[in-house]
Amino acid sequence: MSDPRANIVKLDGVEKHFGAVRALNGVDFVVDAGECIGLVGHNGAGKSTLMHTLAGTLAPDRGRIAIRGAVEENYSVVRAQKLGIRCVFQELSLCPNLSVAENTRINHASLRGFGWRRRAAALITEKLDEIFPGHGISPSDIISDLSIGRRQMVEVARAFTVTEDPLELVILDEPTSSLDAHTAGQLLAFVRRFVAGGKSCILISHLLGEILENADRIVVMRDGKVALTDAAAAFDRPRLINAMGDTGVWEPARAHAAAAGRSAGPLRVRARPVRQDDDSELVAHEGEIIGLAGLAGHGQTDLLLAIYAAAGRARSHMEVTAPVAMVAGDRQSDGIFPQWSISRNIGIRSLARLRRGILISPEREAELASLWKAKIGIRTPDVENNILSLSGGNQQKALFARALGSDARIILMDDPMRGVDIGTKLEVYDLIREEARNGRTFLWYTTETDELDNCDRVYVFRGGRIVATLNRGELTEEKVIQSSFSEVAPS
Amino acid sequence: MTDVAIRGPLPRAGSAARARMLRATLPALSLALVVIAIAWLNPRAISYFGFSLMLNLAIPIALATIAQMFVIAGNELDLSIGTFVGFVGCVTATWLRETPLLGAAILLGSIGVYALLGALIHLRNLPSIVVTLGMSFVWQGLAILVLPTPGGKAPEWLSAIVGFKPPFVPFPIVAALVIALVVHFGLMHTSYGAILRGSGGNPAALGRAGWSLLRVKVTLFALAGLFGVLSGMTLIGITTSGDANIGNGYTLLAIAGVILGGGEFVGGRVSPIGAVLGALTLALAASPLLTFMRIPPDWQVAANGIILIVVLAARVLISRREA
Repeated sequence: MSDPRANIVKLDGVEKHFGAVRALNGVDFVVDAGECIGLVGHNGAGKSTLMHTLAGTLAPDRGRIAIRGAVEENYSVVRAQKLGIRCVFQELSLCPNLSVAENTRINHASLRGFGWRRRAAALITEKLDEIFPGHGISPSDIISDLSIGRRQMVEVARAFTVTEDPLELVILDEPTSSLDAHTAGQLLAFVRRFVAGGKSCILISHLLGEILENADRIVVMRDGKVALTDAAAAFDRPRLINAMGDTGVWEPARAHAAAAGRSAGPLRVRARPVRQDDDSELVAHEGEIIGLAGLAGHGQTDLLLAIYAAAGRARSHMEVTAPVAMVAGDRQSDGIFPQWSISRNIGIRSLARLRRGILISPEREAELASLWKAKIGIRTPDVENNILSLSGGNQQKALFARALGSDARIILMDDPMRGVDIGTKLEVYDLIREEARNGRTFLWYTTETDELDNCDRVYVFRGGRIVATLNRGELTEEKVIQSSFSEVAPS
Repeated sequence: MTDVAIRGPLPRAGSAARARMLRATLPALSLALVVIAIAWLNPRAISYFGFSLMLNLAIPIALATIAQMFVIAGNELDLSIGTFVGFVGCVTATWLRETPLLGAAILLGSIGVYALLGALIHLRNLPSIVVTLGMSFVWQGLAILVLPTPGGKAPEWLSAIVGFKPPFVPFPIVAALVIALVVHFGLMHTSYGAILRGSGGNPAALGRAGWSLLRVKVTLFALAGLFGVLSGMTLIGITTSGDANIGNGYTLLAIAGVILGGGEFVGGRVSPIGAVLGALTLALAASPLLTFMRIPPDWQVAANGIILIVVLAARVLISRREA
């Protein structure tokens, strides 16, 4: 590390503030040539800010960025590209209306003039063939026609294409999140080849196994700082989790709710997915927490929406016996009203109770909001502030407050903990269990297996059908995964 | 754990591509439908002379539609294109004929104004609807200042160009083909065209790749200005004299033409060939079809609006079924 030539990137005391939030709080960080760095940390630890700083999309407030030993004064996206630093962002950076080849052209200013389309097509096809043999993607495919997994393959392959600028370092942020096990393996094998060729890579992943197996060195971030750096061989899973810090006790709630064995209360929900072809059905009684598991997009959300639609109406294949409220997972598009205050956002599900005459009573609205602000711990000086003044986790709490503050006895949750920090999660888990003890019923679709520990019963979905019903005692991660993946290809 | 199991529930690229192909043929189908209806009502209209007459005003509409398409490609909307066409028409019928240098300078300057509007909308993050709605009154006012009462005269060279009679194929059809192919090549086949369309698809991605979104937006608006100028000039060449209100209906026609041609308001999904076909369809449906259906002129504007709604609703229905 003493030879500056060997450094691709060196950050000294880099700071970045967003208002009062110190996203980066003096980060020292080095990437050497020919190594793969695993970058881990909880939400809000500063990983993505660090990555945006390296990619040049965010300018640091303080500190020094040196690339290959030379200090960069005016570091920018264009400069980063010239120096061979690329980034694959977690939210996809493809233009959905353009073809694969045209999207490749966007990253290469030199792909122009006569025959640019042919050259772009050859470039991306060659890289796709190299990383994902048998990918089945044509360079003339329009991105919006591709599945999310293939889009991610295109995005990753594009980052590794080279024209006139060099390629030194590729930052991969959750590159396997939409890939299946096979293609994820192809990608990680390619990363190892890439690194063996003397290039560098930063791998960010929430799958710790991926990090432990593929990184040479692991950097753990916490609270906007690098908390720990060590060779990957020196880590194992517990040490890594430990280093990520004050996550509270990662003790599953098993013991807590297991006190149950509860005799079933009155029936709340009985529902069969439309595509169910045997007689399995989802059943929920009063006071139960029911988990909906399986791979993302296998019909869990559809069933929740069907139950929501069926509330208060008689349907042959569904029985819903109490008022329903929904907690959206994609809070930006389905959850919050961005123009409204926190209290309005909370009160919207309970307008009937907040009325005085034909008008909404601002006092009652504020009262309800204040009650839930205290109960659920929404961190804001004033519930009359705009909802967007809250952090993502606190916005999600406001959505929980909206549902729990209503008269609903059945709460549907559509993977609501996406992108929420661990502290908020633990608080909300406690609240859910408490509300369940008070007789509320929760239907909880989650993509995080750990969360299933809170449930009394778990239904695993595959291809729009319930394929397994696991009671608390028989619930293990292996069983969920085993049921989520089919043994034989569906015809 | 086979791949198939995991990819199973995801949509396949093949069927989506087929649906897109079908959608792409919709503009041509709707044009064919209108032509067939006209042929059925009045077979004599289907002739060299008939098409020259019926498509007389199609070229300025097609050019205005292309102008609107560039703006829509960048997820914006131009509500001033109609009055802008009127303003250009007034300048063309007066200054461009009397003092060609001054006239040309004014027209070039107005393209510059369009480019500046693009910069303003991008830099201040203003809604383009508001900015261009305001500008529509500015253009209208300027047009009235230039030509308070209908009059003026088209420059002779301009009348000569639009009066050109090619053998076998009527001029409007030749011109529509040329416009469609030139813009199709420029927007769909050049490397910078991909960037322009990408700005409607995912502007953040372009920014991260180091492209100047300001430059993209300025380019799109300048192109809209250029085609607006061409639209106003050809309109005057055809009508031979100017009127401050001559282009007012073009705003709606241009938007409808883009959408009818398979474009979408957001997402950078536009089609130059489709837009020209959409403009031709509207031009035929607007007046010739209604006249042949013996609808009195007093009712034609209202009938026009209804046809527009029906055609666009049909497009949405068909697209949804395909998608």
